[in-house]
Amino acid sequence: MSRILMKGNEAIGEGAVRAGCRYFFGYPITPQSELTHYLAKRLPEVGGLYLQAESEVASINMVYGAAGAGARVMTSSSGPGISLMQEGLSYLAGAELPCVVVNMMRGGPGLGNIAPSQADYFQATKGGGHGDYHLIVLAPNSVQELLDFTGKAFELADYYRNPVMVMADGIMAQMMEPVELKDEAQVEIPAKPWAATGMIDHPGSKRIINSCYVIPEEMEAVNIRLKEKYTQITLNEQASEGYLLEDAEIVLVAFGTVSRICRAVVEKARQLGIPAGLFRPITLWPFPAEELKRTTGKAKCFLSVEMNMGQMVEDVQLTINGRAPVYHYGRLGGMVPVARDVLQEVQKLYSGGVVK
Amino acid sequence: MKKVFKRPEILKDVPFHYCPGCTHGVAHRLVAEVIEELGIRDIAIGVAPVGCSVFVMDYFEIDMFQGSHGRAPAVATGIKRVLPDRVVFTYQGDGDLAAIGTGEFVHAATRGEKITVIFINNAIYGMTGGQMAPTTIMGQVTKTTPFGRDRETNGYPIRVCEMLVPLEGAAYLARVAVHTPKAIIQAKKFIKRAFEVQLAGLGFSLVEVLSACPTNWGLSPLEAVKWLEENMVPYYPLGEYKSPAGGAIND
Repeated sequence: MSRILMKGNEAIGEGAVRAGCRYFFGYPITPQSELTHYLAKRLPEVGGLYLQAESEVASINMVYGAAGAGARVMTSSSGPGISLMQEGLSYLAGAELPCVVVNMMRGGPGLGNIAPSQADYFQATKGGGHGDYHLIVLAPNSVQELLDFTGKAFELADYYRNPVMVMADGIMAQMMEPVELKDEAQVEIPAKPWAATGMIDHPGSKRIINSCYVIPEEMEAVNIRLKEKYTQITLNEQASEGYLLEDAEIVLVAFGTVSRICRAVVEKARQLGIPAGLFRPITLWPFPAEELKRTTGKAKCFLSVEMNMGQMVEDVQLTINGRAPVYHYGRLGGMVPVARDVLQEVQKLYSGGVVK
Repeated sequence: MKKVFKRPEILKDVPFHYCPGCTHGVAHRLVAEVIEELGIRDIAIGVAPVGCSVFVMDYFEIDMFQGSHGRAPAVATGIKRVLPDRVVFTYQGDGDLAAIGTGEFVHAATRGEKITVIFINNAIYGMTGGQMAPTTIMGQVTKTTPFGRDRETNGYPIRVCEMLVPLEGAAYLARVAVHTPKAIIQAKKFIKRAFEVQLAGLGFSLVEVLSACPTNWGLSPLEAVKWLEENMVPYYPLGEYKSPAGGAIND
């Protein structure tokens, strides 16, 4: 065990290497650049490959090829690049290929900027590409979690044969924090009896990596199988963290960077005698609805704080289902909520009669 | 009775879905024969495109991938980098490779990716119903060039082999046709060379195959073969464009 100071982007890279990832295909974009710099150096040290593709479209399709050939593989990008990968993500989900995709979100729409944002929540959790499918989406909120969740992402991807997205932003990507590095252990990568590695590995039976089913009955059967998988993931993988929720009458809901800010807001509110608490989704898909319902029985109102126009708030509303009012507070375009402003919002709700 | 001619074992024994007179079947057979003759069936992995020949994933009895439109060379790159001792090839049409996939095949060639691309050029989009392809020749009537391809609106047809010649990573480039027995014999020879270049680890190899699409050309199979000879071959000269030995156009 060692404790070192690491940058967020580098922690993801180290987390990937320690999870047995040996292949990275990507295209330059800010603010995820240090991840590629780290892996371009680190992967060759462990016999792996960093390959810079001609575009994000090519990157994600290289990931498709490598994943279908049985490798632990990843790519990373930010907003515009992740948009270009959506067709490929749909193919990966359709062909049930495991891989990890990192999105260091940035201000948009369009070219936007490189400042922190959470405006890709809908894209990540509600589809993004065409067709009925889901990514598993993890939202770390510390450099330690960037490292740990990247490892977890590979495990989930292999277990469910599904692409997993790790979502953060420029703050998480660029900041440095101490990280506990466990001693490197031999990684057990599960057997992949579906991988198309050449018939020399499985004589007499060809394998196809495919998402094309021209007969609707067959395509429906595939969709039903996928739906059953997504149901299993929803039942088994919801993850969240609660802070001072037991007696909370106002519950802030926030993920990633914003959850750190909201923790400070909750502490300030408590000092002012306002019974506030924080619910932090760790998995954005599946949304941790069960835990949100279970831990917020006393809540009289919810405030979803996000760096967007109001995206996760819809999942909070669906979960709370009219039992209590659900509000949204957001900063846009790469601006980060300030604790003082969020606190003011909380005070407004508390004194405005929403919480009685 | 002694069997002197049989179906390659790599080709699934089912009727192909291709239209009468379509030459995808001939091209499939040539690739299958080459793989069989080189004894690489067990280590061959193919990538199917989007378009008529997507079903090559079913017809070839080897491990196959189905890639998204135009991206087969990127998929093949992913496979080959993970499994460098396998023989990886793509089978792509002209819309797939020379329009939407322009980035992927050019950069696979640039990197000298050790894959083989079988590029079927029939100067039209087949599966979607006969629209103009990047390789549709000047004046050719298609569903989206009802008055014939004209340079003001559509520009000029793309010559894929010629444009790849200057790229250092491209080790083997050839254009063949499958409209006459003589051409078919040459086609097989060059397809074999392309795979041999990959096996020798020399770099990127591509064979462009001029192919007939009677249905979307609105011709009978015999007329289509004649049209290919009279219209496509003059614009797309046959021969080797680049080979490790030096490379010259020969017929």
